[in-house]
Amino acid sequence: MATTKLSRNASIDELYTAARGGNRRALGRLLTLVERGGRDAETIGELANPDAGAAHIVGITGAPGAGKSTLTGRLVVHLAGAGRRPAVLAVDPSSPLTGGAILGDRIRMSDTTEDLTVAPEVGDRTFIRSMATRGHSGGLALAVPLAVRLFDAMGYDPVIIETVGVGQVEVDVVAAADTAVVVMTPGMGDAVQANKAGLLEVADVFVVNKADRPGANDVRRDLDLMLDLSHLTGQDTTDGGDGYRPPIVMCSALEGTGEADVWAAVEAHLISLDERGQRLRRRHHRIRTEVRARMSQALANRIDEAMDSDVGRELVAHVTDGALSPTGASAKLLDALLGPQLEPGLDPRSEPRS
Amino acid sequence: MAGTDLPLRVVLAKLGLDGHDRGIKVVARILRDAGMEVIYLGLRQTTDSIVAAAEQEDADAIGLSMHNAGHMTLGPNMVKALRDAELEIPVIIGGIVPDDDVQPLLDAGIAAVLGPGASAEEVAQTVRDAVSAAV
Repeated sequence: MATTKLSRNASIDELYTAARGGNRRALGRLLTLVERGGRDAETIGELANPDAGAAHIVGITGAPGAGKSTLTGRLVVHLAGAGRRPAVLAVDPSSPLTGGAILGDRIRMSDTTEDLTVAPEVGDRTFIRSMATRGHSGGLALAVPLAVRLFDAMGYDPVIIETVGVGQVEVDVVAAADTAVVVMTPGMGDAVQANKAGLLEVADVFVVNKADRPGANDVRRDLDLMLDLSHLTGQDTTDGGDGYRPPIVMCSALEGTGEADVWAAVEAHLISLDERGQRLRRRHHRIRTEVRARMSQALANRIDEAMDSDVGRELVAHVTDGALSPTGASAKLLDALLGPQLEPGLDPRSEPRS
Repeated sequence: MAGTDLPLRVVLAKLGLDGHDRGIKVVARILRDAGMEVIYLGLRQTTDSIVAAAEQEDADAIGLSMHNAGHMTLGPNMVKALRDAELEIPVIIGGIVPDDDVQPLLDAGIAAVLGPGASAEEVAQTVRDAVSAAV
């Protein structure tokens, strides 16, 4: 453990330098600032950007109770034992009512990661952070890529994002990874249910967890059939139909069997991405998603400001009076906000206005 | 962007060999409903595993549930482990602690002790007070 003294009001630069030097407390604080969003988060993103880009980003998703956290814990131990430095971002939902959350992923992992505290030199190579969705999906779409980049910049590899596969943003986050792992279990309904969930299209690797339980082979068969159909209809699940077929890996995370197979399949997928020249495409897609999310958030903030401005209030009042339609009011406000149209000759390298 | 009023992050754990986890689960729910983010570690944690979690999760407070009469040893051990790691995070003990032990625990650096009679409001407020006292 690093012993650099860290003052309570250390600057972001100091925190970043300390974290790069192995100070885990500093990294913990940086992650809090990333989660908080705003200017500090942007500063951290700028610092991390040049140092990041090497990590294999893996998304793990599946229904609640599928065993994602337990599997993640197993993978972390497996990877740390093999000399890797895995980081985990475990995303759990916040209560929409109170904003509070019970982040319970660590307890599932601690069942399997006891070894990490028993062998501190292994524990020091791993970093696990829980993140609550905090009710605003927009925030999650911004915070997750930044946190991943920060882990990446600190030399953690792979960076594993674990989310419950409900909600578009959670699915998007996993779909934007280099490798998306979808965890299925017996007894959760047949492949029709799985098709409905919309998770299957994003899978690069399927894991049938709880493979020691009855019905595990049925899940495997259903998935196989579903993949056959995808090929038949030309609706290839990944990478534009160039022949990659997601493998189905059986495992029992609780028993501790099969996690090495899961990781082998994840690595094989990364190699396959490279061979097919798709890794860059994934990266491009991921960055596009993030840039878009940032713009959406920035625009949403400006829209809120505009709505609260005198002009905004006045326009809304006119609509209430019947003098103006909602469409007319929003067009006027948008014009005031953005100008009539984006100039086509915009130089991407020039400094942003305002 | 996000307001300054961020949810407090609280690590909850049972330290050592102590299987009575009904209480800590109730406390987890109480803190969640009070708008906090609870990082729930559950049973059989060690001071090291709690320090590691608190560090990685950037915890604002640590809540220990104790029903095995180990509080006089484990409580101060926890405080020492945090100090050794240079983490100034308040530790709150909840559970079964005899009245006579409360003051010695506070003297040893425990931020607060909550007994079985504490109301939900009291639990949440104690955590908030401990955090603001520590800052």
